Amino acid sequence: MGPPFQTATSLAQPHLLAIEDLSAGEISLILDTADGHVDAIRARESRRSRLAGQTVINLFFENSTRTRTSFELAAKRLGAEVVNMDVAVSSIKKGETLIDTAMTLNAMHPDALVVRHPDSGSVKLLARKVAASVINGGDGSHEHPTQALLDALTIRRRKGRLDGLTVTICGDILHSRVARSNIHLLTIMGARVRAVAPPTLLPGALDRLGVEVFTDMTAGLAGADIVMMLRLQQERMQGSYVPSTREYFHFFGLTYEKLAAAKPDALILHPGPMNRGVEIDSAVADDISRSAILDQVELGVAVRMACLELLLNGRNISPGGPEQGPVEENR
Amino acid sequence: MSANRTNGAEAPVALVNGRVIDPAAQIDAPGGVLSAGRRIVAAGPDIRTDTIPAEARVIDVGGAVIAPGLVDMRAALGEPGHEHKETLATASRAALAGGITAIACLPNTIPPLDDAPAIEFIARRARENKGVKVFPYATVTRGAEGRDLTEIGLLREAGAVAFTDGTRAVADPLVMRRALAYAKGFGALIVQHPEEPRLSPSGVMNAGEIATRLGLSGIAPQAEVMMIERDLRLVEMTGARYHAAHISTAESVRVIAAAKARGLPVTCDTAPPYFALTEVDVGDYKTFARLSPPLRRFEDRIAIAEGVADGTIDAVASDHQPQDEDAKRLPFAHAAPGMIGLETLLAITLQLHHQNDMPLPAIVRRLSTDPAAILGLPTGNLSPGTPADITVFDPDSPWKIEADRLKSKSRNTLFDGRPVMGRAIMTVVDGRILHEEGLCS
Repeated sequence: MGPPFQTATSLAQPHLLAIEDLSAGEISLILDTADGHVDAIRARESRRSRLAGQTVINLFFENSTRTRTSFELAAKRLGAEVVNMDVAVSSIKKGETLIDTAMTLNAMHPDALVVRHPDSGSVKLLARKVAASVINGGDGSHEHPTQALLDALTIRRRKGRLDGLTVTICGDILHSRVARSNIHLLTIMGARVRAVAPPTLLPGALDRLGVEVFTDMTAGLAGADIVMMLRLQQERMQGSYVPSTREYFHFFGLTYEKLAAAKPDALILHPGPMNRGVEIDSAVADDISRSAILDQVELGVAVRMACLELLLNGRNISPGGPEQGPVEENR
Repeated sequence: MSANRTNGAEAPVALVNGRVIDPAAQIDAPGGVLSAGRRIVAAGPDIRTDTIPAEARVIDVGGAVIAPGLVDMRAALGEPGHEHKETLATASRAALAGGITAIACLPNTIPPLDDAPAIEFIARRARENKGVKVFPYATVTRGAEGRDLTEIGLLREAGAVAFTDGTRAVADPLVMRRALAYAKGFGALIVQHPEEPRLSPSGVMNAGEIATRLGLSGIAPQAEVMMIERDLRLVEMTGARYHAAHISTAESVRVIAAAKARGLPVTCDTAPPYFALTEVDVGDYKTFARLSPPLRRFEDRIAIAEGVADGTIDAVASDHQPQDEDAKRLPFAHAAPGMIGLETLLAITLQLHHQNDMPLPAIVRRLSTDPAAILGLPTGNLSPGTPADITVFDPDSPWKIEADRLKSKSRNTLFDGRPVMGRAIMTVVDGRILHEEGLCS
């Protein structure tokens, strides 16, 4: 948010792979850019010239209608051509490797690839092999950077800042890429981050990431400004991490009763889709005075527009140095 | 082998002007080695240019170390079934270039080495290659599946040097108990891959901060020590000989030291990655760093190096696991585990000499004398009458490991680009010089 970043129109790096790679300045740049897009979307103002003629491929090795649709809308609102490739059901079954897929796509000369993959590190592997800018749409249990950015934008718009806030992340942190990205982003931006989960769903050495760890939810929620709930990822679990969803809800489900420990104006976030009655009580989820869950969906499109625009602008920088102002029709 | 031209009638060969190190005879002195045909005649300070027979061929080694040939007690050689990763011929060239004269090869082949014909196949292929000596392990259980015992007695007669399920642990305690009890009847050695597989079924790297950051599923270091502790109880019950392969944690070293102090018939080895690298080397999901056991913490690395130095760890093996590009160019969790190691074994182990002041005779003991003794092989020393398996190395010769110049068929080494000191300048097997610096016959 500092002055040096007000005029920047691109990111220094070619890809957006992990929040861990970003500086506070870059995060602020993305959030500021997204803020502008939110207003434009609401005013129905067209920004289709910004990425006109550029091609974005959504490459999803794992199903996710929400994230894919959000990226698709973002690219289209900037005027890019969008192709969706649902790889989960095609090439992998034919024995094609990730590198093969990357080489094939490379030959098609896309400008950006949005990649989701069930394995940690796979998006980085692919990014090394392609000329396009790669955006990590979620890799295994590693990172989901645009989700953390949209969470941050949601918080910033509601609370006016990120630094100094206490954010409690609750639930299946072990399997959650959303949690890892949020932990990195929030600590980089000066928030205090807590994690609450049963010990079986806490990864090792989590405290080394600058997080305060709790296994009692009420204690973890005490005085929190933000309550970030995570989905219990039953499909990722081999064997039993929790004895039953009933027991899980009793100790780790968000109810009004437990929420009372947080600040009275604490905001509730959830990356969706929600398991109602498992990690969150339905009434709490639907309480528009407390829950920002639909804001997150709306802001997600603006954040992804910002990421695409900033990355693709960066690709058009001449070797002589960064150009000022967006390069709109240049391909 | 019967028609071999090196049948003892050949002129003697004398390696002179060296530093002779033979831990078995407690020799560490200037001198040389005299061999005739396939056997050693004498070794030590008395072998000088002026004392050797007139008809001998004299080779001046220029002050280098003359040691018993290196014995690698654990390597995967690709045959049968993985010939695209390595063959006995390519592995043999790599081993000889690394100063290794004998290899115990893993039985995790396709098909696995679990019956006598498979063991005989390896013995025959190795003979045809006329290179490094190859001693096959047989599996403990059929198909290395951890259920039914193999024919340990017959396999031993067929030439199996010891028994191990190789890259897999014998996980079922009852199967392990029976394997140990049965093996004891034949004096056979059981070699375990110590890792409780059920503790971290999906793990791909050491559990801890880095695994958490990378979003990779961790393997708890406790999975190793708890398997060793369980096995030690079974060793107590059965009295059988037991060897823990490639140990990687500080706790394992501690537990094995305590077992040895109690007099249990227990030995163990490690491999260079575990005292030369750490989990930090996984870096940006480098699949060459996907190993089994995984690379551990700095503290573990130090404890392993100390264990090698003080002898708690009896042997250093290459743990050679060649993997082709397709097996490694994958997301980390799907990449095949393993790293090549035949050609780098000596140089990386010599780091313990250069950096930690471990004496050269102790290095030779870990790389040759003790692995040969553990496996009961008639090599690993320079006593008169033993096969003339000799490695001549210059411990101070600097070079850089370059993966592209290694002789293995696969290139998966994290040591690529590493500057090292010490290399084999001559490798002699059964009296035949099969490798000379820059030359490989």
